[in-house]
Amino acid sequence: MTHIGQPLPRAATLRLVAGRGSYMDDVSARGELHAAFLRSPYPHAGFRITGTAAASALPGVVAVLTEADLAPVCQPWQTRTGSAPGMVSPTQRALAKDEACYQGEPIAMVLALSRAVAEDAAELIEVEWQELPAITNLAAALDADAPPAHQGLTSNLAWTTEMKGGDIDAAFAAAALVVEDRLTFTRSTGVTLEPRGVLAQYNPASQALEVRISHQMPHQLQRHLADLLGVSLARVRVICPDVGGGFGLKMHVYPDEIATCAAARLLGRPVRFVADRAEALLSDIHAREHIVDARMAVDAGGRILGFDVQDVQGLGAYSIFPRSSTTEGVSALRSLGAPYRFSAYRGRLRSVLQNKVPTGQYRSVGHPVGIAVAERLVDLAAAARGEDPLEFRRRNLVAEAEMPWVNPLGARMAELSHQQCLAKLEALLDLPTLRAEIATLRAAGRCIGLGFASIVEFTATGPEGYGRAGVLVAAVDTVVLSLEPSGEVTARASISEIGQGTTQGLAQVVADAFGVAPDQVLMGSGDTATTPHGGGAWASRGAAIGGEAAWGAGRKLRAEVLAAAAALLQCAPETLDISDGRIIDASGPRMTLAELAETVTFRGYELPAGVQPQLTVAHHYRREQDTALTTNGFQASLVEIDADTGIITPLRHWVVGDCGRLLNPLLVEGQVRGGVVQGIGEALFEACRYDETGQFLSGTLADYLLPMAGEMPDITVAHVETPYSGSVLGAKGAGEAGTAGAPGAILNAVNDALAQHGAAVSELPVTPGAILRALGRLP
Amino acid sequence: MKPARFDYARPATLAEALALLAQPEAAVLAGGQSLMPMMNLRVARPALLVDINRLPGLGEIRLAGGVLRIGALARHAEVLASPLVAQAAPLLPQALAQVAHAAIRNRGTLGGSLSLADPAAELPACMLALDATLVVASARGERRIPAGAFFHGLYSTALAADELLLAAELPAAAPGWRFAFLEVARRHGDFAMAGVALALGPNAARLALCGVEAGQRRQPAAEAALAAGDPAAAIAALASTDAMDGPDLPAAQRRHLAQVLLRRALAQLEAADAAA
Amino acid sequence: MLPPDEPTAGITCSVNGQDIRTQVPLRRSLVDWLRHDVGLTGSHVGCEHGVCGACHVRVDGQVVRGCLMLAVQADGARIETIEGAADPLTLALQDAFFRHAALQCGFCTPGMILQAAELLAANPTPSRAEVREALSGNYCRCTGYQPIVDAVMAVSADMPARQA
Ligand SMILES: Cc1cc2nc3c(=O)[nH]c(=O)nc-3n(C[C@H](O)[C@H](O)[C@H](O)COP(=O)(O)OP(=O)(O)OC[C@H]3O[C@@H](n4cnc5c(N)ncnc54)[C@H](O)[C@@H]3O)c2cc1C
Ligand code: FES
Ligand code: FES
Repeated sequence: MTHIGQPLPRAATLRLVAGRGSYMDDVSARGELHAAFLRSPYPHAGFRITGTAAASALPGVVAVLTEADLAPVCQPWQTRTGSAPGMVSPTQRALAKDEACYQGEPIAMVLALSRAVAEDAAELIEVEWQELPAITNLAAALDADAPPAHQGLTSNLAWTTEMKGGDIDAAFAAAALVVEDRLTFTRSTGVTLEPRGVLAQYNPASQALEVRISHQMPHQLQRHLADLLGVSLARVRVICPDVGGGFGLKMHVYPDEIATCAAARLLGRPVRFVADRAEALLSDIHAREHIVDARMAVDAGGRILGFDVQDVQGLGAYSIFPRSSTTEGVSALRSLGAPYRFSAYRGRLRSVLQNKVPTGQYRSVGHPVGIAVAERLVDLAAAARGEDPLEFRRRNLVAEAEMPWVNPLGARMAELSHQQCLAKLEALLDLPTLRAEIATLRAAGRCIGLGFASIVEFTATGPEGYGRAGVLVAAVDTVVLSLEPSGEVTARASISEIGQGTTQGLAQVVADAFGVAPDQVLMGSGDTATTPHGGGAWASRGAAIGGEAAWGAGRKLRAEVLAAAAALLQCAPETLDISDGRIIDASGPRMTLAELAETVTFRGYELPAGVQPQLTVAHHYRREQDTALTTNGFQASLVEIDADTGIITPLRHWVVGDCGRLLNPLLVEGQVRGGVVQGIGEALFEACRYDETGQFLSGTLADYLLPMAGEMPDITVAHVETPYSGSVLGAKGAGEAGTAGAPGAILNAVNDALAQHGAAVSELPVTPGAILRALGRLP
Repeated sequence: MKPARFDYARPATLAEALALLAQPEAAVLAGGQSLMPMMNLRVARPALLVDINRLPGLGEIRLAGGVLRIGALARHAEVLASPLVAQAAPLLPQALAQVAHAAIRNRGTLGGSLSLADPAAELPACMLALDATLVVASARGERRIPAGAFFHGLYSTALAADELLLAAELPAAAPGWRFAFLEVARRHGDFAMAGVALALGPNAARLALCGVEAGQRRQPAAEAALAAGDPAAAIAALASTDAMDGPDLPAAQRRHLAQVLLRRALAQLEAADAAA
Repeated sequence: MLPPDEPTAGITCSVNGQDIRTQVPLRRSLVDWLRHDVGLTGSHVGCEHGVCGACHVRVDGQVVRGCLMLAVQADGARIETIEGAADPLTLALQDAFFRHAALQCGFCTPGMILQAAELLAANPTPSRAEVREALSGNYCRCTGYQPIVDAVMAVSADMPARQA
């Protein structure tokens, strides 16, 4: 393999640096209408639309639509999943009917000749609002007197479960040490730089819907559009062009996007909707709103005995369709403590409805929560024992020799390299020198902290994940290859590209499997009309699943091409090989791929009778074992706190990760660094805040603080490579581990610094005010 | 996020501009770095935009007779880079380096910032600490307003609806005076959580804050203590500022930050003196 | 298409070296006009309130937020977008961004590159911290910024001013 493992930049980014990308909003359709939505200004209210005449009369307005208008062409939906049996999530509609249950829920839409006019008209729609008591505060949502998030509900508890194994009471009874803490995680959101957007066109004559949308999984959406709008699946074409960031945000069914498609179907005219930043912050999924009470039992030898955890998770007004927001809570509990050896676990999850926008799967779903909690407890235990936090971890990490490891929750982990990663991290940090530097700085009065986080991530979910739950999410993928008459290879993958670089990795795989240079492989993805059904981009699956499909397709095409060449050259296929775009034998090059393809395509009569070369092949890959592929790693963070102002500065950050075979280290490291910074954002800046009446306070980028270049540290990345033995290539997921571990590492670093002053914090993001209060500088 | 409708005029002369401003619901468009976001969010809905960007000479920076005159249309980037400003008002570049980001400084203007009077903005505090006089005009004539009388509190100034800010006039830094601008912000270029603009002279001081109080004013008690050579009392005096309150940034935190910053500003000047 | 009563004004300007004379709606931002009317979609829209930097374009040689300037204000101006920016610095940055994988989704990239070019034109030998500061008004969700800083530093290292 000469191209797999090479640090090649993604070829398609040459277009993007030149400003020649093609994002959703870069193309328009003739005669298109622009949509704007009237959204509920209240977190909870009954409403009646009393007048649309003024809006309709505005010059340039073509239609004003409400739920009643869309109902004939658009079904409501409800989130149901076998993985959360009995979950309560009310029916949802493209436009709300009679009751709005979160601020930002769309209740009417205007279609006009320009977006500006559509916004003018939306202001003129007359609505009678009847404000209802709203529940936004997670801590209060389960109180007996909490108002219901939807009228008619008797409780806001949408779902509860207990995940357990081993004898938890015995573990705590036997403990020499019990550490506990309550960690509060404030909602954050994805903030892809390109907001959500869709351009929908319906052809009534062919009854075909074409949707150009910024989305992560075209096929999943195709299915839902077909079901909801009553169009045959094969007549729904979903095109996801260049996508300006996904991170899980663009994989759900959003009411405004469905309404846009329904409006196009109703009117038979192209309709465009592009969320502006204010409506994006208000209506994109949020994530990671948790209050976690956790205890950890440790024996006299410093060995972890068990975890006892209570997690209350905010769902928002609905459990997100189709995957269900509860996934995040389950994932948080599953990832909590996963790197460690312990014998008992009890985790109680309560998933709670609130009058807020739904939460959903956001990069590294749940892991940052579970990991931050466990790593905080581990640091508390090490401190209580007066022990180095890495020594405590070293003792408790599941060793390589103990793999595969099934923990008390039944989570199976295989081929993890915790001890190797730890050793590599220690070398990378040059710990003795670093510790000496920290001591010197502290002696000079600086408030410095070093924090660690050990992680296991469950990636590249296989068919059992959603399949068994009855949720229509594909976990299989297919790559189709064609040898073109020019000798180039075109590839069409059901994996999609949202910037992670997956398509470049796949091109390198195809290149090696087939025998050409990667730049001879032209990747296509993100279009249901040209790619076979598959999963798209989620759960860091591109390399692990898509890579296998690409390898299989490359080998198939190779076999076809060698058979055809052997027929032409009158030799045995085994004597031939493909190298650098040429067909060779022991004597050297015999013909180019272009010559072969031209012969087959234009002069088929030259082939012997009965030879039918297949220059287009497909390979479909489903993993048959392992529900998810586990990856592992370590992060370390060095921070400085200005004890007078409470400002926290991340100084350095280190990551050692094992994501199996690296198809392309340059792109993997990009994923890691970007993920870490997203995690730092979550730890120090990002927060969706609400006032006491439930009004959203983070509605602009001046209020929702994102990590910017000025405050972010350089991040050192190193790898341990333990290939997954269950596949040809051995790749596992790499896209989310940075985000998984960074909040925990930062929180521990901050608390390491604060510990010098006898202080601690336990709420994310850690704000300057929280630091000052912890230090006693503020009341 | 598109603005509501408005009319637009781009006067070529001051007289024309002032006549336009006499119309109802007219608003001056300078750099647009604050007004355009507010219009896009539809929290500002002027009926008529009077674009002053082509008014001749309005952005001039001049130093004459011991007075530095900065035209209202001088861009933040120009003021930041001006050798005249560095010489006559060294506080300003210190502050401007912390105002927004490069592309915003390329458009944003001194006049816009002063007219907006955002309580967290750096430049109003600098005008107070530098004892500026603001020159304003309307079709009714010209007025000169001392900085202390120009700022009226949260987003509020002495400017009448039909008035245009023409320039700020600053006495050039006198010998023996030293200047420090310090602020705390969550991220580089953000509006300040708290900031201090300090001019310290022989037995005299001028001190103004940003991000702390809703109104922009000097801090007479602290100034008096500084003039009397009692820095501790000056810092203590900031404990009784009328700080803004809010869930994210309580009044106590703003006061605390103001005190920290004043202490640091004084230490910085002292260190500079020691080095000199 | 515009509603019949939408107020417009005539402007004359040059965009990427081409002279244009046209009517623009008064309330259309420069970046919306470039993208939707001129067809130059390389400048992006990420917030429309001045925070993200995705909309950067050059007006009379200076980088500005395209969402905070009206198209009508571009009357008489010389406008350059990423598609037309052909100066050696911009070209070098484009190449370096590609090689260093200083972009993933690429949505921030045009704005970032224009800002970085302005920095290097003014200061050919910035420190890493100065690069970070100069780019502090450009949001990137994907890269974590480090490869962007690497790319800018690489171009700086190759600049004639440094070799001199
Ligand atoms: C992301 C971002 C970050 C920012 N960070 C900071 C920061 O840290 N600190 C800071 O101080 N500012 C910051 N700003 C604001 C920036 O400095 C603005 O440029 C400034 O506040 C307003 O100047 P302007 O010329 O753009 O005014 P405009 O936006 O054009 O106008 C602002 C207001 O002043 C009025 N006005 C303008 N000029 C005059 C005049 N000559 N006479 C009468 N009225 C006039 C306008 O009618 C309007 O009401 C930031 C802006 C953005 C978008
Ligand atoms: S779109 Fe202009 S700064 Fe974000
Ligand atoms: S590359 Fe995606 S926002 Fe920067």
